[in-house]
Parts: sequence; structure tokens; C-alpha cells
Amino acid sequence: MTELSKTGAAVGEPTDSGKAPEAFLEVRDLKVHFPTDDGLVKSVDGLSFSLEKGKTLAIVGESGSGKSVTSQAIMGLHRLGTRGKNVRMSGEIWLDGKELVSAAPDEVRKLRGREMAMIFQDPLSAMHPYYKVGDQIVEAYRVHHAVSKKVARTRAIEMLDRVGIPEPAKRVDGYPHEFSGGMRQRAMIAMALVNNPELLIADEPTTALDVTVQAQILDLIRDLQKEFGSAVIMITHDLGVVAEIADDVLVMYGGRCVERGPAGEVFEQPQHPYTWGLLGSMPRIDRETSERLIPVKGSPPSLINVPSGCAFHPRCPYADIPKGNVTRTVRPELEQVSTGHWSACHLSAEDRQRIWTEEIAPKL
Amino acid sequence: MSETKKTDTVAEAAVPKQASAPEERDVLLKVEGLTKHFPIKKGILQRQVGAVKAVDGLDFEVRKGETLGVVGESGCGKSTMGRVITRLQDPTGGKITFEGQDITRLNTGQMRPLRRDIQMIFQDPYGSLNPRHTIGSIVSAPFRLQGVEPEGGVKKEVQRLLALVGLSPEHYNRYPHEFSGGQRQRIGIARALALKPKLVVADEPVSALDVSIQAQVVNLMDDLQQELGLTYVIIAHDLSVVRHVSDRIAVMYLGKIVELADRTSLYESPMHPYTKALMSAVPVPDPKRRGQKSERILLRGDVPSPIAPPSGCRFHTRCWKATQICKTTEPQLVELRPGQRVACHHPENFADQAPQDTVLLTAAKEASELVPDAVLSEGAAGKEPASDKATAAEETAAAEAAASEAVASEEKPASEKEATASEDKQAASTEETASEEEAVSSESASEEEASGEGAAEDEEASEGEEASEDEVASEESAASGVKTGPGAKVSAGKAVPAADAPAEEPATATGAAADAPAEGSGDTEAVAEETGREAEATGKASGADSQESTGK
Repeated sequence: MTELSKTGAAVGEPTDSGKAPEAFLEVRDLKVHFPTDDGLVKSVDGLSFSLEKGKTLAIVGESGSGKSVTSQAIMGLHRLGTRGKNVRMSGEIWLDGKELVSAAPDEVRKLRGREMAMIFQDPLSAMHPYYKVGDQIVEAYRVHHAVSKKVARTRAIEMLDRVGIPEPAKRVDGYPHEFSGGMRQRAMIAMALVNNPELLIADEPTTALDVTVQAQILDLIRDLQKEFGSAVIMITHDLGVVAEIADDVLVMYGGRCVERGPAGEVFEQPQHPYTWGLLGSMPRIDRETSERLIPVKGSPPSLINVPSGCAFHPRCPYADIPKGNVTRTVRPELEQVSTGHWSACHLSAEDRQRIWTEEIAPKL
Repeated sequence: MSETKKTDTVAEAAVPKQASAPEERDVLLKVEGLTKHFPIKKGILQRQVGAVKAVDGLDFEVRKGETLGVVGESGCGKSTMGRVITRLQDPTGGKITFEGQDITRLNTGQMRPLRRDIQMIFQDPYGSLNPRHTIGSIVSAPFRLQGVEPEGGVKKEVQRLLALVGLSPEHYNRYPHEFSGGQRQRIGIARALALKPKLVVADEPVSALDVSIQAQVVNLMDDLQQELGLTYVIIAHDLSVVRHVSDRIAVMYLGKIVELADRTSLYESPMHPYTKALMSAVPVPDPKRRGQKSERILLRGDVPSPIAPPSGCRFHTRCWKATQICKTTEPQLVELRPGQRVACHHPENFADQAPQDTVLLTAAKEASELVPDAVLSEGAAGKEPASDKATAAEETAAAEAAASEAVASEEKPASEKEATASEDKQAASTEETASEEEAVSSESASEEEASGEGAAEDEEASEGEEASEDEVASEESAASGVKTGPGAKVSAGKAVPAADAPAEEPATATGAAADAPAEGSGDTEAVAEETGREAEATGKASGADSQESTGK
């Protein structure tokens, strides 16, 4: 198994270059590449961010932008079993002073479920249909705690109660198919939180749910976060959910971060044309119905042939403004716009300001 | 099941007549009392043991050139509705009229010529295109099937259609797997538009797509509507999308329309509590509004099973305003404001439809824990004066009735009839409720007036009738005084299991519950007459007690 992590380390920079950071979770220059018959799929290509305890980071992007792969990389899920042979990972993931990319799989396994836990998008396929919901929670607890089944069961009932499942003592013996969509998602949250993890990753936790249930689940996650003080990474494509719950926002496009900053700033003063596009293409319930939405033209890029230069340039209406063809040849790096607010775009600050205030903001 | 159908048609006959007489000629599709039940079969003989009432009595019309949005949670029957009005599935009951022609019972052959005019766009762009056919053959299939030879040949027309939806003509020979989700959805749209349909039913056309692509498709559908004069029925669960595309919106809950209104009124002043809760739950992409959690109404629990929908108003198990009447009487879809039809006893932003009924259900009390105080106090404020009116004087009730007469013209003669027939003060105090019932079945109401006791027996005889009839019976019996309790009990006990057969427990529970209210409301009314509010308070308490005891 150790050789797997060596293969991971073989690509890109040496992993032990950095020192343990101060932040609770810090991801530095993370790359996750999958070699396939058609070519190298660069799902995540140089992503860095950090997250403190008690805060929520939302990762936003279209399908195929690398959001889910990022979260699975943090959880170490790419290196499980045969999958580990088909992935090339590099970079650093520091969780509470421990580096995960170079760590032995056994080490990561001890952390998984205890220090970090994940809520998946589709709870029906994430839970084992053959085992009772309670037993699955009990298992998750007993892996990390040397307690009797009885104690673990009490704990499971307590957690089910905490996430708002009615009659938890009875429901604990139910099978996943006997739960409705919202209840399943609650049960999965209970399973994820049974060990009081310090990092909770929620991968599209509400996408498959109705708005009313979505509101319940978001409230639940928020309350639990307050109670346990965990750090939360919320992966979603719904900007409404982001505004609801996030402290910081990271916008991903083509495997890279194009904009990152505090939620308020990203919604008020978005700097990247792609973020403008996302905001413009969302019908909003709180505003007057404008005649038309402003979509982003074209479709998301293939991760095998990511466009040269700025990956967004083929879809960007402003790609021709910067001089000298830079958008097509030079990949823009993240630059700080204001404190904590970063954006990767070739447009000059003045241009961006002008376009946002004159062209985009009035139409939203 | 036939009983349900019957009541539905009765209900239909009375209600929407008042709605749209002037626009009759513009109506493209008219749906009356539409039901679709899926049988549940069990055992070796495959006997039918119940039915999933996916669609259970829909009345609406679609006018030429408009977009009707249909929203609701999953399992509310919106997709089934779409499939039934396009006759992809056969309705169990009700009537569908397309351009004045009754298409409810047409067979496949008879439907074929109409398929040109009614087309559907499906939700899943991956599942709705045959992977072994080229785009050319998929989009030209309608021409082949209908035997239409377009001007300039099929290929040219298909390429024109592809260009119309934003694909390039050389995609003609490619296969579906070569396209992205958004492009596939465009192919589906091109296919739907091939024969220049009059009505396009789109079932979740954008929900499988990314946000940026969603906007492209929404804009495309918008452009095509203007260009080709299409009429859309758009089914979706995303309220912001529906708001953006629709002229009028129908909100569905458990197989019924609870509110049908034009876009602005629905979003600015929703009347049905469910609509309000639904809209308050939509996340708004504006972090500044995060603190304003007070606007949020959280609904507790999940949608009940459509196999055994709750009695009375189907939303009463989750509604924070639910009172006794909501449990026993099904509210009809009534046009309370011009262009806004609502099925609720205690609508938001409008006069209470059942002001004398003030006792909150236990379910409502539980729900109210989750409702922010602001909303609740607003609700209470709305209700308090209403109950004053009911207890204080009949004049107010009469005035209110007069107000609602303006909207529902049938109510007037019916309520007058009642007033003259019984010459009872109670009639006036219950007028609001009573007149509603009469709107539903004025004949049956007058019959019952003729013979008070006989009515109760009638109820027993026609056990299949819906809970609404029970309410009439119980009111009637409240007036006649003596025979009430048992009569109402029997009819309610029978009617409920007959209507939705399956589980014994709920059936008996409702039976018992319906028994209690008969006494409770009788009490309340009788005492309120004489002593006013204090007495009513006691009545309230007793009502609450009995209800709690029966509830468990």
C-alpha cells in the first residue's frame, strides 16, 4: 500500500516541502489526475485553500469542475483498493497538523470517520441496503470507539434523535428503503456525525431533495456545526445554498480555482467572469423577473483537453479585452483583489470593476 | 374509485364555471376533475387492495400562448399529471378537452392525429433519446410517424430544426452519446417542435442541467415560444425557474392543486399556507439575507403517502394554521381574488374562510413550534378578529358572505335558500362554511334542508362520498340537535374507509376524530350564540381536549 502513496508522490512537487500550517485544514497545490485510455484527466489541477474550525467553505462549480474529486481526495477515497492504481495525486493536505497525501493508508483510515466525515449526495446508494440503518451507524461508531454494541446502539439512537428523526428507538431498526429521501439524508448526517468529526464534507447534500426538505437539512447542518464547532466543506452548484450557509466561497472551473473569498464579497463584488455567468444564469426568487437570463455560452470544458491559457476563455465574453492574446496563451494565477478575496483573471481591476458595475450588476 | 370521480365532477361543475367564461375561446386545454389512480394489487388473485392516488381531482385550463407552471414536491403527482394530459397514460376519471374536443377516452389510433399538436419534452436527456439512433433519425421520427412531408424534404427540415435550437446542421449523423446534457435536451426540444405543436408539455426540462446550461435552455424555450406562438405546460420543482418562465402557476400537493394564480400574485401574496412555506424555503443567493431567518417557515416531516391521503385538507397534517374543519372538510379550489384560486379554509393574505373554527389541531401546534414567531403572530392577528366577528354578530358574517359573493356568485342563492329554509341563527354563523359546501353541491344541501334527519341517513346510504359531505351532515345535525352524534359518526366512519380503504388504524382514527368534532363544533356554536367569547373559550378547550384524546 505504501507504494501507492509513492506513485502519488512521484508526480509533481515533493510533498514534504511545506511545514504544518496554522489553519485547521490546508490544501496546497493539490493535483488529482486520472490516466485513462483517452488521455490524462486533470480533475483537480493545482488547488489551494484553507479552512478554520467552525467555518463553512462552499465549493461551487459545474459538473466536471473537480469539486467532488477534491473532497474525495481530502477523505483519501481515491487511494482505496484498486482505485489507487489509477490516480496520480500530488500536493499537500494538512488536517490538524497531519499531512494526508503522503500518509500511509492506515493512518488515513484512522482519521476517516473520526476526524473527518462525509455526507454524500445520494443517500440511497451511499447506505448499504442490506443492513439496518442503526447497525450502520453502530459500525461507524465502534470502528473508532471500543464500546459494547449496546452502548453504541444507545449512541446511534441519540444521534438519530439529534438529527430530528421521529421515534428514533424504533427507526434505528429500519432499513434504508423504509426511510424517505429527507429522512435518509438525516440518517446519513447522523452517521457522519456519530464520532463528532472536526471536518465535515457535504457533497451536494440537498441536491436530490425538495426545497422544503432542503431547508430542513441546511438548518440541521448549521445547528450541528454550531454545536460541535466542526469545519464544514459544502459542495454544491446552487448559489442559493451557498448564500444560505457559507462563510467562504471557492469557485472552481476546469479543475482550478477561479475565485475565492468571503461569501459576502463574492456575491457583492464578484471578480471573475465565470462567477458573473453563474450569478446571471440563476433565476432569482427575490428579484423582479428580468426578461432574460444571462447564460454562459457553450459548455464546460473537457478535462482531458483543458483549453490553453485561461480555461474559461472559449466561453468568456471578455476574452478579447486583455491585449496580446494572453487569455489564450498564459494561464492566469490567483491574485488578491482585497483581503482574503482572490481571483484568477487577466482582466485588469479597472476593466472588471467597469464591466461588473455597468454591464452585469444592473441585469441581475 | 368511481365515487371519487363522481364527487370530483360534481365539484367541478360548480367551481370553475365562475372563473373563466370570458376567456372560454382562448382555452387550449381544459382539465376537469382529472384523476389518475394506480392500483395496488396483492395476493395470488391480484386483488386490488388500494390505489396510489397520484392525481386526485385537478381542474385547470391552459390558455393559448401562455405558460402554465406546475410546481410541487416530489410525489405530488405533477409528472403524472403531465403524462395524463398528453394521454401517455390513461386517466382514471375526469375530462380532458383539447381545443374543444374531448380527448379523455380516445384510443391510440384516434389520438394519433392529435399527437402533432401535443408534444412532450422529457426530464432526462439521457434516457429519452434512443442511443442507437442518429440525431437525424430521432428528430425526423415525428415526420415518419405522422406521414408528413415537410417542404424541402425531411433532412432539410431537420437541419433547420437543429439550427433553431442552437445545434449545428452537421450534427445530423451523430449519436446521442456524442452530446453533452444541454445539447441532448436541445435535441429533445427539436424533436418536440418538429411538427409545429400547439401545446408542449415539458416535464422538468432543465433540472438535469448545470446552472449555466439551464439558463441557455430556458432562454431557448422562451425564444421559441415567441417565435412559434407555443403554449407551454412546464412542470418543475424549482420555484425560481418556474417563476421565471411562467405566466400562471399551479401549486400541487398530494395530487391536488392547492393554489392556482398568475405569477405576480402567487409570489407576492401567496394565499395557501403551503405555497407560502414552499416559497420561503427557496434559498436566495444573497448572503445578506441570511440573518432574516424569521421569514422562513419550516415544514415538519414529509409529504404523506398518496395511498392514504389525510382526510379533509390534505395539508392539515403539516399546516400550522390547521383547525378542526381542515381535518373534516376538504376545501374547494375557489377563486378568492380575481385570477387567484385557492383551496384553503384559512388562507394567508385574505379573510379567513372558516372564522368560527379557531381550535388549532395538535398537528398545527407541533408545526407551530417550527414556525418563527413573526409568522405565527401574523397568523394569529389575522385569525383573532375573524373569530370576534363570528361570535359577535351575524352581520359581519353576512357582510363577509356578501364579499365572497362577489367572487363566487353561486354562493348567494344557495346561502339565501338556507337562511329562509331553516331561519336559524346558526345558519348565519356557519354561513361561511355552509356556503362553501353549497357551492360544491347545492342540490344536496337543499335536499338535506328539506329533511334534517333524512340527510343523515342519506349520508349513510351514499357512504362513498367524501368527507366534505360529512361536514354538511354534522352541521345539519348540529342544527337539528338530537340525532347528530351517532349519525355523523356512522357516516364519517364509513365514508373514510370507503374512500381510501387500506390501513385500518388511520381509518378508525379519523372516524373517532370526526365523531369528536361533531360534538365540539355543536357545542361551540350553541354556546357562542348565547354567551359569546367566554363560552367559546370553554368550547375551545373542550374541543382541544377531545381532540388530543382522540388524536393519539
